[in-house]
Amino acid sequence: MKWTIEVGRYDRSQPPRPDASRGYPPPYEDAPAKRYQIFEVELEDHAMVLDALIAIREYQDESLVVRCACRSAICGSCGMWINGHASLACTTKLQDVAVNGKVTVESPPSMPVIRDLVCDMTPFWQKNLKVRPWLENKQPIPQGLEEYRVPNAAMEELIQEVSCISCGLCLMDCESFAINKNFTGPAALAKAYRYTADPRDAVTSQRLGDYSEPDGLWECTHCYECVSRCPKGVAPLDQILKLRRMAVEAGYTNNAGTRHALAFAESVRDSGRLNELTLMPKSVGLFNIPAQLRALPTAFNMLRAGKLPPIIHHKIPHVERIKAIFKKIGGIFK
Amino acid sequence: MILDHDVVVLGAGLAGMRAALEAARQGVNVAIVSKVHPVRSHSGAAQGGINAALGVGDSWEIHAFDTIKGSDYLADQDAVEVMTSEAPQDIIELEHMGVIFYRNEEGKLGTRAFGGASKARTYFVGDITGQALLYTLYDQILKAGVKVYEEWFSTALYVVNGTCCGVMCIDMMTGELHLLRSKAVIIASGGMGRVYEPSTNALICTGDGIALAYRAGAPLMDMEMVQYHPTTLKGSGFLMTEAARGEGAYLLNADGERFMKRYAPKMMELASRDVVSRAETIEIAEGRGIDGNVLLDMRHLGRDVIMSKLPQIHEIALDFLGVDMVKDPVPVRPGMHYIMGGVKTDVHGATIMPGLYAAGECACVSVHGGNRLGANSLLDTLVFGRRSGAASSGYAKKVPAISSGGEFLTAEQRRIAALMTRPYTGETHARLRLELGTLMDAKVGVYRDATGLSEALAAVQDLKRRYQSVAVGDKSRVYNQALTFVLELGYMLDCAETTVYGAITRTESRGAHSRTDYPQRDDVNWLKHVVIRKQDGGPPAIDFVPVTITKWPPQERTY
Repeated sequence: MKWTIEVGRYDRSQPPRPDASRGYPPPYEDAPAKRYQIFEVELEDHAMVLDALIAIREYQDESLVVRCACRSAICGSCGMWINGHASLACTTKLQDVAVNGKVTVESPPSMPVIRDLVCDMTPFWQKNLKVRPWLENKQPIPQGLEEYRVPNAAMEELIQEVSCISCGLCLMDCESFAINKNFTGPAALAKAYRYTADPRDAVTSQRLGDYSEPDGLWECTHCYECVSRCPKGVAPLDQILKLRRMAVEAGYTNNAGTRHALAFAESVRDSGRLNELTLMPKSVGLFNIPAQLRALPTAFNMLRAGKLPPIIHHKIPHVERIKAIFKKIGGIFK
Repeated sequence: MILDHDVVVLGAGLAGMRAALEAARQGVNVAIVSKVHPVRSHSGAAQGGINAALGVGDSWEIHAFDTIKGSDYLADQDAVEVMTSEAPQDIIELEHMGVIFYRNEEGKLGTRAFGGASKARTYFVGDITGQALLYTLYDQILKAGVKVYEEWFSTALYVVNGTCCGVMCIDMMTGELHLLRSKAVIIASGGMGRVYEPSTNALICTGDGIALAYRAGAPLMDMEMVQYHPTTLKGSGFLMTEAARGEGAYLLNADGERFMKRYAPKMMELASRDVVSRAETIEIAEGRGIDGNVLLDMRHLGRDVIMSKLPQIHEIALDFLGVDMVKDPVPVRPGMHYIMGGVKTDVHGATIMPGLYAAGECACVSVHGGNRLGANSLLDTLVFGRRSGAASSGYAKKVPAISSGGEFLTAEQRRIAALMTRPYTGETHARLRLELGTLMDAKVGVYRDATGLSEALAAVQDLKRRYQSVAVGDKSRVYNQALTFVLELGYMLDCAETTVYGAITRTESRGAHSRTDYPQRDDVNWLKHVVIRKQDGGPPAIDFVPVTITKWPPQERTY
């Protein structure tokens, strides 16, 4: 059937000039102007978005650029925005996303663009490098033809992350990355879990300490965008949550993230509901006056919008039952 | 710009990264150059596993014999001995680097069965073994701090007085040409699958390094040996791993018969790939196929085995054909998958050209001979990647630095500029590429004969002539893919032409090369390799090199 493909194009006659002083995005001082171009292609009903793009590139406009190699969700090259969501072009069926036969594709706005559908993945690779993504071998390394003896279950626990193809979809649509470009990001933190949880790794504790630093694993806001975007079932958020548990159990609790989680749990334990008024001061630290002052404008805006939580916090009835649940769970929240 | 390194590795798949890692360990200044980011390399698509004789009751000699038998006695047995005897150490090293290999109940590395192997000696990570290895090696490259020029496309080797002194590249981001000047170059650029259509290979597998070496004067060997994988998905041609059959899947014809019992009564579905692909081709030709395919049946394995050990192919069959292999058999057909031939090297990865090395699919040592066994290709990349990394470093430490190159850079800039301004005459790279692929699949596929091959040669030469007028349909300097596609098509045409020459030359049937006009293996006349070398202004020169036999004299090959 006939498909209409609307392609966000960025033409660039000169190479991008990196501008380190501006961080990202954009790292280039001359981000190109965007325009949308309509193409029509004749393809089978079950064709993929990538099939359409290749057909355009081969037979209509050789100047359309798109990264692709394997065409089957293995190489991770063809991550892009399809109808406003980060997706792999090679496994997204036209018929699943088309609206009246039309599909819109473009470079994801969260990443710096090089040209057309080719974005600059540098932020993605930099974040990966930040988590020390390699095994620091536990000593002694087995000698001769001996492997580390570890249960298969320990290896299977890691295969979910090892399935990651670095397509970057999780980062492209990450809500925390949208606000804080220094956030380590879903894929890199999933990779962090993969090496932290590897029984052959020697620096588990140091890793957990490093990942607990600002911009690290507590920066995620649980929006689940990474889980729903991931084409390989890596579920980066699940890996982040496992890392958080490990970090807290290892004693890395002196940070806003852990304090926030503890304050949240305490409030629920003691009153059965969230005390939003005390959550912020407890998270940043009760004596951290500068951070609390910085939050004042936000509080003011909330007040104006009628969103400020009640000053007097009420307990729910039968709160002792909630306490009993916490006691039974045990751990640091009891 | 001219950038200096001791060793430059062309390609960032498993062979390239293993070579670079070894060179870094030897203390030389090494860089990798790749037209894609390392983890996009096609090694990542290898599914089934990697062979080594590590288990009780297995030995490297048995592994060597299986490999040699699988090669139809065309492999050089000294090279096979090197590969199989060093395999256990390389697997263990991978484990120490962090690969999450499947474990048995004792927590030791566990195996699965694979085609053409008399023991279960295939180590694996689900059905994403290549990906698991690729990422682990990439992580090691990061750890070692190896410089990677990513998305740099190679246009030529820099050769001075018959010695290789570097690689010329286009930085895709800027369109600028740069000379990576080095004392040694290791070609590790993978295969040339896209010369065929369809193929299991990624769109980037265009034989770049093979053609660059050939143009620079290094000979190619056994180019006629093109492996068709027995189980590629109907239509799209995606790979359905041999591990499916390793785990117990059946091949059925239209009558529901496990037809392999008539071709390989002992090994059945796990006979070597050339044997199974021929059997399927015959079944289909004799009317027992279904719409040009046979069926790969996994239903009896059950959901648990499929989902835990073969999840990726389950997903691919579902995505691209809408078939759930838990419930239904999957239509498959033989499809171009791998080349056993390539740049001729010794067991250290060295070509006859000083300074030029090759490793992995683009190289021909030869360890695969006429037919590669499943799970031997990952092994090949690691063993000979490591060896070429070591040998090139040793060489680089001995030779003086190179100071020339400016003129070559200017000449290449002029050549590319001329290509960019070539006027449009109606020929496009896409049409020629499709014609080439279809032609090669039809006439230089599972079965070949003199008539078809001479037609193929004429057609390839005609395509080469038309190629001279293909214009570049994009004038931008930034990320100009039209330019790289045109350059790739040139590489593919060189690979195709040498493949056809090899196939015409070998007048017997051996391994993947089946001539219907010469159906028998001919050990008296053909226990030798076909070596092709480029000659300016004429057809290539064809020489022969005898096969090295050490312990295993050729015998009849049955499975």
